[in-house]
Amino acid sequence: MIPMEYYLIISMVMFFAGIYGFIARKNLLAILISLELILNSVEINFSVFNRYLYPEHLEGMFFSLFGIAVSAAETAIAIAIIINIYRIRQDIDVRHIDKMKN
Amino acid sequence: MGATANMIVFYILGTLIIVSSVLAVTSKRMLRAATYLLFVLIGTAGLYLLLNYHFLMGVQLSVYAGGILILFIFAILLTSAKGDKFEPRDKQKVLYGIVAALSGVAVTLFVTLKYRFLYPYNPTVAGDKEISMKEIGHALVGTEKYQYLLPFEVLGVLLLACAIGGILIARKR
Repeated sequence: MIPMEYYLIISMVMFFAGIYGFIARKNLLAILISLELILNSVEINFSVFNRYLYPEHLEGMFFSLFGIAVSAAETAIAIAIIINIYRIRQDIDVRHIDKMKN
Repeated sequence: MGATANMIVFYILGTLIIVSSVLAVTSKRMLRAATYLLFVLIGTAGLYLLLNYHFLMGVQLSVYAGGILILFIFAILLTSAKGDKFEPRDKQKVLYGIVAALSGVAVTLFVTLKYRFLYPYNPTVAGDKEISMKEIGHALVGTEKYQYLLPFEVLGVLLLACAIGGILIARKR
């Protein structure tokens, strides 16, 4: 049996790669990709905890399922916003999007 | 025999996921980053298969790898006129990112390895039992305890709102 910690370590690396990308990248789409990595690692954790600690229940699996659907909705809206920003500014660099500041 | 094969597949998937997720956030070209994200998502689907969540694997492949990735690639192709190839690195931001990620990894690794998870040996982990589709369907549209009709319906409303919002945001004025 594969130890549970191995799965957790994989999802941890994925999560913190997402954190790094979220802080360091400039392109809005790259930030969105980092966000996807973070959400995905959380879903792995849900199903791993479900399978190892409570194998007779299905809560973690359904949480992952609903998480996948919510992240799909979020990505669709975010990409609509990004394309709209591009249409207005011809640029999707986060440093240049400061029109609503001040 | 089965356990060794599981272990080998697990190590292959783990290496694929770790390498691709690091490359997905460090590669300069957006299209490559999206491709690495695709590898990560497929590897995750493999992990779900290894954990015997077959339905979850199907959902992961069709929604993430099939739907979201296409959206990403379309968006990248639509917005890649400039700002794609040269993304000048802000040294300070990169440093902050590395510090945040490494300190987070240190804390989480310490906690994960120090804590003893108590779980008995269960045969479902080794791949002996598949959750039947009937069970999933009953849990998804039932109204009793441990059944999820209400979140399911709320999710449907959310997706409708998302579709309307997407049209409203992205339409031509």
